[in-house]
Amino acid sequence: MRPTAVGTPVDRADARSKVTGTACYTVDVVLPDLAHAVVVQSTVPTGRIVRIDAAAAERAPGVLGVLSHANTPSLAEVPTFPQGPAGQRRPPLQDDTVNFDGEHLAVVVADTLHHAAQAAALIDVAYDREEAVTTLEAGDELPPSGIFGEAPDSVRGDPEAALARAEVRLDATYTTPTEHHHPLEPGATVAAWDGGRLTLYDSTQWVSGVRDAVAMTLGMATDQVRVVSPFVGGAFGSKAMVWPHVVLAALAARHVGRPVKLVLSRAQMFTSLGYRSPTVQRLSLGARQDGTLTAIVHAVTQQTSVFEEFVAGAGYISRSLYACPNVAVRHRLVRVNAPTPTVMRAPGEAVGSFALESALDELAAQSGVDPVALRLRNFAEDEPQEGLAWSSNALRECYQVGAERFGWERRTTEPRSMREGRHLVGWGMASATYGVHSEAAAARVRICADGRILVTSGTQDLGTGTYTTMVQVAADALGVPVERVTAALGDTDLPPAPHSGGSQTAASVGPAVWSAALDACSKVLALAEQGDSYAEILTRHGIEFVEGRGDARPGASASRFAMRSFGAHFAEVQVDPELGEVRLTRFCGVFGAGRILNPKTARSQMIGGIVGGTGMALTERTVTDRRLGRVVSPNLSGYAVPTHADIPWIDVCFIDEHDPHVNALGVKGIGEVAIVGVAAAIANAVHHATGRRIRDLPITPQTLL
Amino acid sequence: MTGNHPLAAESETYELSVNGRREQVKAAWLGESLLAVLRERLGLPGAKNACEQGECGSCSVFVDGVLVCSCCVLAADAVDAEVTTVEGLADGDALTDVQQSFLDAGAVQCGFCTPGLVVAVHDLLDRNPDPGDLEVREAISGNLCRCTGYGRILAAVEAVRDQRGRRSRP
Repeated sequence: MRPTAVGTPVDRADARSKVTGTACYTVDVVLPDLAHAVVVQSTVPTGRIVRIDAAAAERAPGVLGVLSHANTPSLAEVPTFPQGPAGQRRPPLQDDTVNFDGEHLAVVVADTLHHAAQAAALIDVAYDREEAVTTLEAGDELPPSGIFGEAPDSVRGDPEAALARAEVRLDATYTTPTEHHHPLEPGATVAAWDGGRLTLYDSTQWVSGVRDAVAMTLGMATDQVRVVSPFVGGAFGSKAMVWPHVVLAALAARHVGRPVKLVLSRAQMFTSLGYRSPTVQRLSLGARQDGTLTAIVHAVTQQTSVFEEFVAGAGYISRSLYACPNVAVRHRLVRVNAPTPTVMRAPGEAVGSFALESALDELAAQSGVDPVALRLRNFAEDEPQEGLAWSSNALRECYQVGAERFGWERRTTEPRSMREGRHLVGWGMASATYGVHSEAAAARVRICADGRILVTSGTQDLGTGTYTTMVQVAADALGVPVERVTAALGDTDLPPAPHSGGSQTAASVGPAVWSAALDACSKVLALAEQGDSYAEILTRHGIEFVEGRGDARPGASASRFAMRSFGAHFAEVQVDPELGEVRLTRFCGVFGAGRILNPKTARSQMIGGIVGGTGMALTERTVTDRRLGRVVSPNLSGYAVPTHADIPWIDVCFIDEHDPHVNALGVKGIGEVAIVGVAAAIANAVHHATGRRIRDLPITPQTLL
Repeated sequence: MTGNHPLAAESETYELSVNGRREQVKAAWLGESLLAVLRERLGLPGAKNACEQGECGSCSVFVDGVLVCSCCVLAADAVDAEVTTVEGLADGDALTDVQQSFLDAGAVQCGFCTPGLVVAVHDLLDRNPDPGDLEVREAISGNLCRCTGYGRILAAVEAVRDQRGRRSRP
């Protein structure tokens, strides 16, 4: 079948409901007799609860019940990702220990949201406070037990010897701060019990993960829990795993015998859904005088909570982006009285690339080689760590096309050599890469009597466009216009699909939809006789529709090929030399990410990723008070995400890339590669503008003055 | 739970005019925000609560034609005013030009900020029919979006501006 929908800029299937305000997110769900829950959180970073007095709250108007460790049943632990779906293994409200400021200590349920919030303020907690470790720098470094099944440390060749012999050497330390996802829709769950059965409406990247986690922690059979999540108001990793507030909603609903809605406040979002761990990254590079890399040593220190381990492999990017015979990567953790961190858009690569791609820029300056030429010189013909061939790799085209679109050849080499009025102008660039991921997924495609097509899968649309792209895939498989196809997603009653993370949804679910559509076709053909219309087939067989089922799983290609997306970023900044203000004035991102199912939704997703990286570079940082261990100004003024006035027009381009190995559709996934390298490209542009090498994010006016 | 609990005071019943309809708000605490009343009492979930303190713009509505963050306005203060929410913009099934342009330009992703943005863009283009690029970006900087990176939103606004400009020229 020749594709006519896939690859074209089809309008979003869900746009109409979103521009009219009728799309129903979890926070909008209303059920008969719905009660409201408000969470009460700790105000010390560590210690014991001496007393938790809920008497005044229980007497307050409208209050239906209060849960704390004093009256919460015993809950089973759920393993954290990838062993299980939990973001935090430790279940909530189980004992009197406090491990971080902002930990859930109680839940107040009332007839209205207002009454619940009022009563929550009346909960009186007394603590026996203990000594806390509140920063990464204050704790002891420990080796992690593993990073998503990989060893935290690895060495190829002899990096120390190569460094000692290197003609050019560089040794620098880069830091990135705690960052928060801050999707616009906060974490939210609505729980409704019907006898022993539980229905959860949840804002999640993983409906079946929520089902499994809640069933496990409450000791229920998984088929007694249904999770529904048709619309998710953004996530970026914060909803990839299951966090304690979800089970609190279920417990609260059971406690008061009514359906309960629990919505986290923006302030609570700072301690309830994980965050991107701060990093301290020491990078040592060795190279020949012409810029050819001979050694990379990338040592990363990150933080985790005092009670469990989470680590994203920030150093791994240094093993696979460039050809280099001698590479050592090391990861260490510090236990801090803070929540457990989690995945955030391109976990690992987003922060690791800041260090690596800044260091490459430093090497370029030191060795007098153009930054693009330096990267071309170190291009990896094969995947350097495992030695596998690339399934496809358009990195060189990304550099070339990006440089042309941006006008890179007009860049002057010396820092502070370009000006616009009184502003210093700087141009910087960086590479991007992210792994291709996929997991087993299933879908059904139903051909209705009126010729309409219904696609169903228990996957999720986080705003990424899954509703639209899956419709396009089914339309092409069946040879029908997209207008005849609709999709239903986000429900554990639908065929199972994996979590929407790791940029894997299109690559996992797309092939399942494709094969379900083909299965439906062959079923129709098996039922048909010469000259039959579809209606006649259904009538003759006494059925209302024909439905095909598709199951897709990752193929054997992963053992034969290394599969990654690549990209190149080019940034222009203007720096006010008196105020230290950095403005991004131009940006071009070029990506080789396999087949692009929908250029309209994809382009917007890439711009969003680039703007996420711009936030990393210039504005985003969660500040914790060292003494209190508490987030300072936990709101969207204290945590500055880029606004429209901060962002220039952004040029996005996809290389036409046909990868026959990744999956049946040739899809690599795009959500995450967009952010990788952006912060470095901007920091490199700041260096070019000012001559100042800023190795600590974000680059605020204070850092430049 | 007693009727004379100190926190139970100050509730009242009043009437709001929302999207051209008279709506009874019964036994409400006078401290409730317009956003809370729209969402929790009047069944109008289009305006979203994403920060509750006027930083994100997701709850944008018109009060007597003035763009406000409904989380920062007391509902009881809007008693004699005409409130218009995103639900009240379209005429039946026909989308407004701004809504249609958001759809055409691909300016929507997760959509949580979209209702507030649609309201804010109506406000901008009604006040200033020919805004420049920087004016557009400044005007909607009070509406945070974490998904789209704003690029397609700018395209959507400029498309409506140009289209309205063509219509108004003879």
